[in-house]
Amino acid sequence: MRLFDYFLRPKSQSSAQTAKDRLQILLAHERQDRSQPEYLPLLQKDILEVIRKYIEVASDKVEVRLQRGERMSTLEIGIELPGPRGMKLNTASAALAR
Amino acid sequence: MAKVIVITSGKGGVGKTTSTAALGAGLALRGKKTVVIDFDVGLRNLDMVMGCERRVVFDFINVIQGDAKLKQALIVDRRLDNLSILPTSQTRDKDALTREGVEKVINELRSDFDYILCDSPAGIERGAHLAMYFADEAVVVTNPEVSSVRDSDRVLGLLSSKTRRAEKGEGAVKAHLLLTRYDPLRVAKGEMLKVEDVLEILSIPLLGIVPESPTVLSASNVGTPVVLNQGSNAGAAYADAVSRLMGEQTEMRVLGPERRGLLQRLLWRTA
Repeated sequence: MRLFDYFLRPKSQSSAQTAKDRLQILLAHERQDRSQPEYLPLLQKDILEVIRKYIEVASDKVEVRLQRGERMSTLEIGIELPGPRGMKLNTASAALAR
Repeated sequence: MAKVIVITSGKGGVGKTTSTAALGAGLALRGKKTVVIDFDVGLRNLDMVMGCERRVVFDFINVIQGDAKLKQALIVDRRLDNLSILPTSQTRDKDALTREGVEKVINELRSDFDYILCDSPAGIERGAHLAMYFADEAVVVTNPEVSSVRDSDRVLGLLSSKTRRAEKGEGAVKAHLLLTRYDPLRVAKGEMLKVEDVLEILSIPLLGIVPESPTVLSASNVGTPVVLNQGSNAGAAYADAVSRLMGEQTEMRVLGPERRGLLQRLLWRTA
């Protein structure tokens, strides 16, 4: 029976390799979050509030990212807007989508 | 000039206190004046692992609050006269630790000792924060296991931002990896993270690999730092780690699990 099991067993990677892969993916994310300044979540909250005055957006659809370069840093703000039917104000969304 | 080294990990139960006792005793064996400080207020254990629990009269918190002098609280090890222990309080809580108080005690110890080892509590709260705050170097104790590696990574982030060196821009706290409970047989079977994997993920220099070993438990049972049993693989691994902590180049050995012979067993029993 054991011999049978051996041949039938799917060829999968070792659990140690799975552990390594999972850690590498997770820690890449956690390190990125950690390198962000502490005010970033607050900034994200404020931006969301301003936008909500005009358009209905879900709180998880706003992404604020700060990238530090040697000579220049960029603040990247990505807002995912709902489709045309979910819009309250179409003009505002057109401007923001750019 | 004294060196302040924090023994930390984030996760509990990975071997911080065992390692503090072993590294402290190992440094003292090598002739260095060493003091080990227990920062785990309310859950005092370094005294037991060091075998001096019945000699505790005053503690770290008494000294911080001015109820006792530092000399009254320090316990000199019975085996090694250049090793001292500063136990913590078992009844108070971690709020009794203040940054100013800790700084004052560490500064006072600096003039008398070569090495000051701070045994951090688990977690990343006040006790753990203050244990690492004044450190020059850190020993990050890690098990080859996902939650321990993840927590170690988090602690490395804190060491590079929430320490006095980081805040004053005096350069990073030098962190070393101490991999404990390592089982080469399980690694060979693909059941446990390899030392190379953990190093690749955490990217800090390796201080030592301590094998999973029954000697670690029997050493804590009797209150003897495991490094004093150099016939054991775990003891030998800690002795190697001590050499590297002192800046010596020592070949990295991956010691296997123990097969103790009759003679060794007898010797250990009488030790």
